[in-house]
Amino acid sequence: MTTLPARTTRKLGLVIDLDTCVGCHACVISCKGWNTENYGAPLSDTDAYGDSPEGTFLNRVHSFEVTRDDAPPMVVHFPKSCLHCDDAPCVTVCPTGASYKRVEDGIVLVNETDCIGCGLCAWACPYGAREMDGAEKVMKKCTLCVDRIYNENLAAEDREPVCVRTCPAGARHFGDLADPRSAVSQLVAARGGMDLMPEQGTRPVNKYLPPRARDALDIPDLVNLCEPAPQGATGFLGWLDRALERL
Amino acid sequence: MHPAPSLILFTVLSGMGFGLLVWLGLGLRAPTGLAAFILFGVGYALAGAGLIAAAFHLGHPERALKAFTQWRSSWLSREAVLSAATLAVMAPHAASSAFAATPLPVFGWLGAALALATIFATAMIYAQIRAVPRWHHWSTPPVFLLAALAGGALLAAQVTLALVLMLGLGAAMVAHWVAGDQRFAAAGSTSGTATGLGALGQVRLLEPPHSGRNYLLREMVHVVGRKHAHKLRLIALGAGALGPAALLLLPASYMAIGLALLFHVTGLMAQRWLFFAEAEHVVGLYYGKR
Repeated sequence: MTTLPARTTRKLGLVIDLDTCVGCHACVISCKGWNTENYGAPLSDTDAYGDSPEGTFLNRVHSFEVTRDDAPPMVVHFPKSCLHCDDAPCVTVCPTGASYKRVEDGIVLVNETDCIGCGLCAWACPYGAREMDGAEKVMKKCTLCVDRIYNENLAAEDREPVCVRTCPAGARHFGDLADPRSAVSQLVAARGGMDLMPEQGTRPVNKYLPPRARDALDIPDLVNLCEPAPQGATGFLGWLDRALERL
Repeated sequence: MHPAPSLILFTVLSGMGFGLLVWLGLGLRAPTGLAAFILFGVGYALAGAGLIAAAFHLGHPERALKAFTQWRSSWLSREAVLSAATLAVMAPHAASSAFAATPLPVFGWLGAALALATIFATAMIYAQIRAVPRWHHWSTPPVFLLAALAGGALLAAQVTLALVLMLGLGAAMVAHWVAGDQRFAAAGSTSGTATGLGALGQVRLLEPPHSGRNYLLREMVHVVGRKHAHKLRLIALGAGALGPAALLLLPASYMAIGLALLFHVTGLMAQRWLFFAEAEHVVGLYYGKR
């Protein structure tokens, strides 16, 4: 059914720390790897070694520059994947029932055998979280690694989305955002976690933590520190300098 | 948005077809015999051709029947159900008019209502999408409805009705453009809200996530198509609405109506091209493009 559940028991999602992300794209690659080798149609590449390579990705890292009047510019690396919205517009537009939001954990998924590849859900998503696979012609999106998080064949520490497991900076966190006592909820509360494009009315589950205020050092006058070595040495060093000069 | 030829053809052709069926169903023109066979045939052919063109747009057309299931939430599914219902309900009226010279008004009226609802559902597929502010506005459905009804009236050779509707269509197009040009700013989405970093300062893209293109850019950030926007608006308004209206003011003849029809279809193609090409999706904000 493509009607949205009135409420979901849990709201599993990601909290992404824009202060910590170093823009290494490891989450992009591990996501592509896991989701190509496991559930659903593989994430294809087209013209991979040609002039215009293209591929399907469920997670991409953009880098933005924030210029400020009263402080130096700031570079913010910005990973973006499905936000598993409470009011997911991609689900309700689906004509076939292929798109759905799970009642038990709020994950938004696509049943690929029902997808007719009309692309309307990708149009409806303001975040560009869905991409039509170039080879399979079905809609692909982040599954929140639903085939990892409940997978008892994996070691306990691996039962989280592969992007979270991979992130070397610890910039990605996974948990239940409906539970105010969960680690992710506390992180959101402590750091002022925010929604992307709240004006679009999607009520995203995933939250982003804004960059912390940068230290404002009371920097001494660097020009003095960089003063060139004094000219015209005297005494023994002066004699040595002159002697070497003459050689 | 990418102006896909299949979608342009679909919305123009099937719109006209359903528009014609509205008038034939209402009995405004109540042909019998061969005339009914031809007129209903044109209506069914246009509506059907449009639906087939739309099916070509799908990645998996073999699963198209599944699209009839989600009418509770999805305008695309409603369109599929309503279009099939129109063609089915109108069939007794059409067959009886053509082969028994006896129109069946009850089927006609019901079919006309369904045809009108089909056109409205088509428009709502676009108007519902909040991520495309230009479409997400009350001015979108009138363009689709008036275009279909005006084209249908022209096909049914209802000169006065077509004339009034053509003028209405022209006004609706202009209203849609004027309102549409303000819509993105009014929606309030900026690179600041898209990244959540707007409170810190001016946000601009430093490095895109990849050097090549992708599905999102090809489908949603189709900047090239806007190149001749101004000229295409004049063609759409002139050929699509005002030209046919002027031709309809001439003494009625099949020549004038045929010419008006040719102009109207050409202009409407330009209008639909712009409808897609000028529509800016908010996802472009993540790519530093509109």
